[in-house]
Amino acid sequence: MWKWLHQLGRPERLYQLCGRLIPGFGVAGAATLLLGWIWGFGFAPADYQQGDSFRIMYIHVPAAMWSMGVYAAMAVAAFTGLVWQMKMADLVSTAMAPVGAVFTFIALITGSAWGKPMWGTWWIWDARLTSELVLLFLYMGVMALYQSFDDRRTAGRAAGILILVGVVNLPIIHFSVQWWNTLHQGSSGILQQAIAPSMRTPLRWSILGYLLVFITLTLMRLRNLILYTERHRPWVADVANGGRKA
Amino acid sequence: MSLRVIQRELRTAFRSGAEVVNPLWFFLIVITLFPLGIGPEPQQLARIAPGVVWVAALLSSLLALERLFRDDFLDGSLEQLLLLPTPLPLTVLGKVIAHWLVTGLPLILLSPLAALLLSLDFNSWLAMALTLLLGTPTFSFLGAIGVALTVGLRRGGVLLSLLVLPLAIPVLIFASAAIDAASQGLPIGGYLAILGAMLAASATLAPFATAAALRIALH
Repeated sequence: MWKWLHQLGRPERLYQLCGRLIPGFGVAGAATLLLGWIWGFGFAPADYQQGDSFRIMYIHVPAAMWSMGVYAAMAVAAFTGLVWQMKMADLVSTAMAPVGAVFTFIALITGSAWGKPMWGTWWIWDARLTSELVLLFLYMGVMALYQSFDDRRTAGRAAGILILVGVVNLPIIHFSVQWWNTLHQGSSGILQQAIAPSMRTPLRWSILGYLLVFITLTLMRLRNLILYTERHRPWVADVANGGRKA
Repeated sequence: MSLRVIQRELRTAFRSGAEVVNPLWFFLIVITLFPLGIGPEPQQLARIAPGVVWVAALLSSLLALERLFRDDFLDGSLEQLLLLPTPLPLTVLGKVIAHWLVTGLPLILLSPLAALLLSLDFNSWLAMALTLLLGTPTFSFLGAIGVALTVGLRRGGVLLSLLVLPLAIPVLIFASAAIDAASQGLPIGGYLAILGAMLAASATLAPFATAAALRIALH
């Protein structure tokens, strides 16, 4: 187990492993996401109250869930990087940040488009909306901090500290805005038990699809980051020359 | 040891007087802008006062934050502080306390003036002073992490605000809610307790994060 983990710490091995995993995750992700969306948008029954507009849920809910899930994963990677001094863990957390930011952005945009017909307004200073917006700010802060260092190694470690501080603060922000003001509907249970099965199954497929797409994008970004940080090493030159297939 | 760090910080701060006074002027000017922009009706001013005071306090503390490590970083004394035999978090604690004494405490002393300008009554002023007393040190501790992360960068100023302001949102929410409640004659003990809990948590945890960030910035 430990030996295997140390193997992962070597950029070259990790690069090759990512290359091997990407096609599988990519195809599975695209297939699941399409399945969930086609099922959800085409075949799930219309809601008795919201009509067809509830269908945006299949884009909105998974994005909102994984916007927080990605942050948690980023925090685990950052913690690993800071405590065990693994260079690659820092790269992993950096690779995740833009994906998480995009998920947060999707959740905000689709939520706003959903709010217009349902609540009659694009934006409202509600607890969930506000904490999601703050989450976007945190992602932006992490990315901005990472960009502003010249040395990638220092950048990764500094961003790691910021991610961990953000993780401590995230629940505080979440609950503080919840007590402050709320309109967004409550959670439908951790496994969406409150939703009818005919609508729930496609939702679960799209949640899984978002996860797989997130993993694929992270692995792709991770490969690029590895190549960039290791660009002075001979093996990268080999890869660039096509001498060694990854 | 922390005490000696505090003494040293206070001495250097008072020798460079203008840098300490400027954020306070900024605080007053921002507060002056609101009656000019919104109109001078006392009820309206009293209604928006909690938010205005706290946003102004956050922005002026943000301006003052950079002083925390930057000068020491530029003249090299930060490295000497890192080399001290005392644990780095303790040194950081001393520096943050000194920084708050120079930048946060004067805000509380200025708060009667701010309350007067925004036509707040005595109860609201009391709530404002208490929330500032609990909230500004929390912000200093949180901000110290951001300053330590950006200390080595040439253009850290804007970045610092990007990193620190989102973290300060809970303080802002509870502090302005407390002032709001006080202006309606409601009890504010609960809000103050939460602000106190935030202060306790940030005072105990933030120095460690700041120390780790300083080690990375100066490694």
